[in-house]
Amino acid sequence: MMHRKVVLRVVSKFLIPPILLFALYVQFHGDFGPGGGFQAGVIFGSGFILYAILFGVDTVKKVLPPWATRLMLVAGVLTYGLTGVAGLILGGNYLDYNVLAHDPVHGQHYGILIVELGVGTTVAAAMITIFNVFAGQPGGD
Amino acid sequence: MLIMGLMALAIARIRDLFAVSMLSGIFSLTGAAAYVVLDAVDVAFTEAAVGAGISTVLMLGTLALTTRKEKLGGGRTKSTAAFLIVAAAGAVLIYGTFDMPRYGDRIAPIHHHVVPRYIEKSGEEVGLPNIVTSVLASYRGYDTLGETFVIFTAATGVLAILGRARRRREDEEADETGGGKESAS
Repeated sequence: MMHRKVVLRVVSKFLIPPILLFALYVQFHGDFGPGGGFQAGVIFGSGFILYAILFGVDTVKKVLPPWATRLMLVAGVLTYGLTGVAGLILGGNYLDYNVLAHDPVHGQHYGILIVELGVGTTVAAAMITIFNVFAGQPGGD
Repeated sequence: MLIMGLMALAIARIRDLFAVSMLSGIFSLTGAAAYVVLDAVDVAFTEAAVGAGISTVLMLGTLALTTRKEKLGGGRTKSTAAFLIVAAAGAVLIYGTFDMPRYGDRIAPIHHHVVPRYIEKSGEEVGLPNIVTSVLASYRGYDTLGETFVIFTAATGVLAILGRARRRREDEEADETGGGKESAS
């Protein structure tokens, strides 16, 4: 791919850590400001996609192998779904977070945090997977 | 809005698909700015990240697989008919907006059903300062679960269609090189 674009490579190396950090900020600060799991997942995924564009899909696959993204894809959905089931087991309705802690408001807080984490994981994994599959096609580059 | 209109015209006219994907990215970014003006920061965030970021990258990825130039097909009659259909549909949609309440109208139905409950009670019931998040993840938890499944299904679909074709070709290549080595040795 772009092995000789020194400026792009150096700048991207400076940019990728803040992008990932900002994604985590958006993820966990979504309760208080704009953002949430979906946006955070997209930003997190775009950090990896930027890396893939500049250094090649195979380099990214060394950092994040395909089985890991597939695991993340499933784990996110399961996190969301099982949070609902946990509500059921603890005696509430499906996806009722009030029963997750002694105080309903705390329960809501935990529930939303966990559920958003699930959304973020799935979205990030989906973005990385889709890009890798597209860019890794034999006719590509 | 004017910029968005100009972008849409340019996208329809330009035949260079690389420029078109860039322009659609700018279109999304302008849309995100419009959402910020309407005080919908969460939506603007999503639009900027997905519309302007990821989908542009995916389009470029697709362009790398196919060609850069649009093929010219169909005659003038075909495009005229298409234009008439699009214009008629657009006119119906614009006519439909005349019945909608004005932006920020206090007595609009959307502000009377569940919204007062969200605004007044979500602080006590959910305890989050960002009402959008409480609505999205708690009151409308099922919808968000469904959305997550949509994303999951999209990625699974892409993997099922494109991922397997690639693996098969890799296997074939591996077989070929393996066979070559054997014969060489």
